[in-house]
Amino acid sequence: MRRVAVVGAGMTKFMRRAKETSKELTYEASKMALDSCELSLEDIESVALGSAPDAFDGVHMKGEYLSDSAGAFQKPYTRSYVGGGTGVFSVIHGWWHVASGLFDTCLVVCEEKMSSCQPHPQGAFLTIFDNMIERPLGPNLVWIFALEMRRYMHVHNIKKEQIALVSVKNKKNALDHPCAQLAQKITVEDVLNSEVLAWPVQRLDISPTSDGACAIVLASEDKAKEITDDPIWIDGVGWSLDTAYWTNRDLYYPRYVEYAARMAYKMAKITNPRREIDVAEPYDPFDYKELHHMEGLQLCEKGEAPKLTEEGITQRDGDLPVCPSGGLLGVGNPIAAAGLMKVCEIFWQLRGEAGRRQVKKDVTTGVAQAWGDLMQVGTVVVMRR
Amino acid sequence: MKVAVVGVGCTGFRPVTPDLSYKELMFEASVKACDDAGLHPKDVQSFVCVSEDFWEGTSIFDEYVPDQLGAVLKPVCTMSADGIHGLITAYMQILTGLFDVVVVEGHSKLSDVIFPNKVNALALDPILNRPLGFNPLFVAGLEMNRYLHETKTTEEQCAAIVEKNKKNALLNPLACYGAKIEKEDVLASDVIFYPLKYLDVSPPVDGAIVMVLASEEIARSTENPMWIRGVGWCSDTPSLETRNWGKALYARISSEMAYKRAGISPREVDIAEIDDTFSYKELQHLEALKLEDEGLPVNVSGGSLGVGYSIEATGLMRVFEVVTQLRGEASGRQIPDVKIGLAQSWRGIPTTSGATIIMGV
Repeated sequence: MRRVAVVGAGMTKFMRRAKETSKELTYEASKMALDSCELSLEDIESVALGSAPDAFDGVHMKGEYLSDSAGAFQKPYTRSYVGGGTGVFSVIHGWWHVASGLFDTCLVVCEEKMSSCQPHPQGAFLTIFDNMIERPLGPNLVWIFALEMRRYMHVHNIKKEQIALVSVKNKKNALDHPCAQLAQKITVEDVLNSEVLAWPVQRLDISPTSDGACAIVLASEDKAKEITDDPIWIDGVGWSLDTAYWTNRDLYYPRYVEYAARMAYKMAKITNPRREIDVAEPYDPFDYKELHHMEGLQLCEKGEAPKLTEEGITQRDGDLPVCPSGGLLGVGNPIAAAGLMKVCEIFWQLRGEAGRRQVKKDVTTGVAQAWGDLMQVGTVVVMRR
Repeated sequence: MKVAVVGVGCTGFRPVTPDLSYKELMFEASVKACDDAGLHPKDVQSFVCVSEDFWEGTSIFDEYVPDQLGAVLKPVCTMSADGIHGLITAYMQILTGLFDVVVVEGHSKLSDVIFPNKVNALALDPILNRPLGFNPLFVAGLEMNRYLHETKTTEEQCAAIVEKNKKNALLNPLACYGAKIEKEDVLASDVIFYPLKYLDVSPPVDGAIVMVLASEEIARSTENPMWIRGVGWCSDTPSLETRNWGKALYARISSEMAYKRAGISPREVDIAEIDDTFSYKELQHLEALKLEDEGLPVNVSGGSLGVGYSIEATGLMRVFEVVTQLRGEASGRQIPDVKIGLAQSWRGIPTTSGATIIMGV
């Protein structure tokens, strides 16, 4: 199997309402990624775009609309999507362009502009539900995640205080991220006293809606070594989609994340993830999701993630730093771009370029993961120095 | 490593399917394709679907695909692209060595879309073009006019394409717009956006197609592998203001990539299934693909004008015909001695994206 490396990365600031159009955000991130490894568009042989639903922008075939700003002018170009899992999936999408031997370079770009959806992107999320069974109920995302959070807390007897620690940690971590939208110094009490949206989900349990874009450059082994002395290798990829009938599943455990993780670990020849993974960026659109996903990623036993968090193991100076970027809770959540932000963070951490966010321990292996659809899809990328 | 299409399944195409949901259409095509390949969905390691949210009326449509394909808890992804892009995706996935058997699915349930042109209008640039409030078919009218002007092609020549394709479709059991009409009927049909007329436009249909792709080792153990020799795909520009209106550059660039990879010249192609979403597009694409030589059988299936336009599944419909011809299973419309077939797709207005695939026995 051809080895594929990440050689450059770039991201825009994540914010509530960007003045830039989605094309401009896409252009900005793509340009930054190319500049970061001193390449130009002539060096790019193929382009892979990730963007979550068209309904945010209200642009039909959004991938086509964004093609020129992603640098795909007269190039092989496609857009993939697996809902919220798209950000990390886009890296897998780019990976097969290079790993297949068809191309030596691929530019991977993810963009999301949620603020165009007025008055709130929840309106777009209404359209993700089954149009016969669920949509007539007028559901929204917070509603179904409240069910999942409740179930997770019930099965493992987890308290809200334990879950709130994730929000406190990630928003604090984000203070060191120059692109962060909701970096904050808060306490567990702040989380518990924030507005209840759909019990047990409260305002500070949730990541914000955001505008933003990210991009990375992928290269084959030979090409990567020409471009940089410090390529970061994509050693494992995995993805898995569970049944659409989410009401028939036990929501306490994300088995689709486990399937995706096992696929990626097998490819990366990782047998003991807890020991072999040095730094992790699991998807954290809600604070309980970070815990949920740590368990799915086999970084701890089922129900054990809150304990690791309480013990400080997941802090930036801990034994297993989790979301040192600040995650979606702190940096922001422009859906597809947020997933790619996690891959960017692992890239910067493994290169030792994360600045004030750099984790204390020496890191050689990292994992990034995203999740999406109807609590249904897991996408996982394992990277090594 | 080589990759082959080892199984194909198609529901056939109909203008309306009130008796079936998209899930049932997908299921039927999937069962047929796996049967055709002699494989069980359990043997499939990865699934690629092609769809666009707005056509489905559901955001993040990929949520609703796994169950009817037998894909639950397997690697599944959706490409917002044409079916041939989907095949290329599966082809690349197999070439990485990660998978041996990958399924590609595409479908259309356009009959559920009450005003397709209003949906398509949302694909126009929201800042520069959409506020003009036009029916998006104006793009095809403008392009046709420019193409006719640049190449001195006549409206009669375009009408002849409609006559040919609808006649071809009479012999295709999957098609529902086969008809015996004359050029004059096309020329006399209502003008939509001059010079584009009602019968120059392919009519919408419902249906689903599934294909099973396999690596060389698995493919050799199946009955009827048809090998993928070359692939190419390209997006030109989304901008209406700066694009080349006369030439289909995306088709030129993607076919050059495919010819190069297949190591063949256009002259070696025995049969071609070319995008004919609009009549003039077949002629424009033939030039872009360097296939304008006389005598080449083009759109023997009936093309979109005869079979119907099935959005993302359209590319798969064309590949379906190429596979059927290569296998020698096209009965009444079989072309003798088909060794190499080419299928090409375009993503429709207002895009300049397309893909080409070359297959051989």
